[in-house]
Amino acid sequence: MFAALTDAEWTAIWLSLRISLVATFLAVPFALLFAFLLARGRFPGRAVLDGLVHLPLVMPPVVTGYLLLLAFGRKGPIGGFLESAFGIVLAFRWTGAALAAAVMGMPLMVRAMRLSLEAVDRRLESAAETLGAGRLMVLASITLPLMLPGILAGLVLCFARALGEFGATITFVGNIPGETQTIPTAIYTDIQIPGGDEAALRLTAIAVLIAFAALLLSEMLARRVSRRMLG
Amino acid sequence: MALSVAVTKKLERGFALSAEFTSSGRLTALFGRSGAGKTTLVNLIAGLLRPDSGRIAIDDLVLFDKAAGIDLPASRRRIGYVFQEDRLFPHMSVRSNLLYGRHLTPVDRQWGSLDQVVDLLGIGHLLKRRPAALSGGEKQRVAIGRALLASPRLLLMDEPLASLDQQRKEEILPYIERLRDEMQLPIVYVSHAIEEIARIADTIVVLGKGNVVAVGPVGEILARADLRPYTGQAEASAVLTARVAAQDERAGITTLDHPAGRLTVAHVPVPVEAVVRFRIRARDVALAVGYPGLISIRNRLAGTITAIHDIEPPGVEVHLDVGGEHLVAAITRDATHALELTVGQPVTALVKSAALDRFSFAAEPSPQARQPA
Repeated sequence: MFAALTDAEWTAIWLSLRISLVATFLAVPFALLFAFLLARGRFPGRAVLDGLVHLPLVMPPVVTGYLLLLAFGRKGPIGGFLESAFGIVLAFRWTGAALAAAVMGMPLMVRAMRLSLEAVDRRLESAAETLGAGRLMVLASITLPLMLPGILAGLVLCFARALGEFGATITFVGNIPGETQTIPTAIYTDIQIPGGDEAALRLTAIAVLIAFAALLLSEMLARRVSRRMLG
Repeated sequence: MALSVAVTKKLERGFALSAEFTSSGRLTALFGRSGAGKTTLVNLIAGLLRPDSGRIAIDDLVLFDKAAGIDLPASRRRIGYVFQEDRLFPHMSVRSNLLYGRHLTPVDRQWGSLDQVVDLLGIGHLLKRRPAALSGGEKQRVAIGRALLASPRLLLMDEPLASLDQQRKEEILPYIERLRDEMQLPIVYVSHAIEEIARIADTIVVLGKGNVVAVGPVGEILARADLRPYTGQAEASAVLTARVAAQDERAGITTLDHPAGRLTVAHVPVPVEAVVRFRIRARDVALAVGYPGLISIRNRLAGTITAIHDIEPPGVEVHLDVGGEHLVAAITRDATHALELTVGQPVTALVKSAALDRFSFAAEPSPQARQPA
């Protein structure tokens, strides 16, 4: 079956994987920050931040994509600044697709991380403090390791969401083969043309495979983590 | 070591703590009913809570001083803390748990070694396990070891035995005595269990509702009638110390020498010449004027009446000085009248051997304190 894949299809697959991976790792530091702010922060406007973080989850993806285009497009305030200051262009580039996927996947990642952070027993952190651990040491040796199952779950959810991202991507960066065409947008193109069903099916099978592999991998990691806890 | 504390702290539930005491005891017990603020007070000493005002110092080292703007973070106080629950790190092996604080302690401040601590606590066979695979008593011993290996200058223990059954308590108490005597580590021990405190403490700080109501040597505090509402004791008791004069294991008898007389008790497994302490409840003490004739009670201590307090009718408490120590007898008012007891009068205190249970015996804190380096 793989031999039957065309070059264009391979390109879409690799691009999809690359965009999803970049999006996932791009989202991690922000998701961690938001998770800590939402789980532990005591500041006015926490509810507003909570809402903003979750907005991409409930808004139509096209709306998110259009807002991204307005802000990060070459004439948008942020996009214009990035281009004039660093020469970075996001609109209609694969980097923009990664940004769109990150924004769409972030709420799921924040949720998973926040839940696991809230489950961390803070009394363990104070125990570490009495043993001489400063704040960063407590974070690195106690909090983050105890959050690990949630962090892993967040990574997988975000990756899967990024892989399936369609609406925001096509609105923000279009559907340009070799640049921004991912598996979902390629399937969309295939089913628009007569006789494209077979190509669409091939990509669909690949998409199922990748999703399944990601799920298995995360399950394996989660099991290893929980075994480590129970000794 | 002298620990001096004078702090106030308001908590959310409307509870206010205002506590002031100093102790140079080897093992200072913070004693009081639940809700008296014991845990809050140790959290303030550890640096896990910040006082609203006041000062906390160990000898010349100021840990907190509101007026001077000093507030050493918990991580830099080098105060060990054994919590009510074990609080072991679930994602690390026992060995990693033990060494956690050690890696964070400057080498020139370290004392003791992993082998030494593992030996002391008898946890060598547990090193490779995860905390989840340990029993309650084992977890608590590992928690003590973890605190020790951070080389603390003071060890706080917040009801470390509360979650354990009697058998486990008996298993761990000797280890705490060894810390006090062999490692010479100053300990602040929180408890509401009078038996534990009578056994291991030398100084008691009694907490009422958020304030210190008394500080003093264990024998003196436990005997005081006016502290009864705070200590939660239904009755007075006394703590005496005596030297083991002879052991007769065949007969199952240990003979103790006390300055006020000789005591025969059921066998206690300690060497001859060792100094032990034990608690005697006031209701187990009877009084006689002059020398009693033929009776089965053979433990007789010569004493002088120092005070007579009325308690719930028909009882009175008669306080005695027996060879420099404090003993309390609970008898009826009728009996005091019949014997015409008055303050200053010499009497003989009679104690039934059976009243001295094994659990109430413990090694006396050895007198010369050596500071850990």
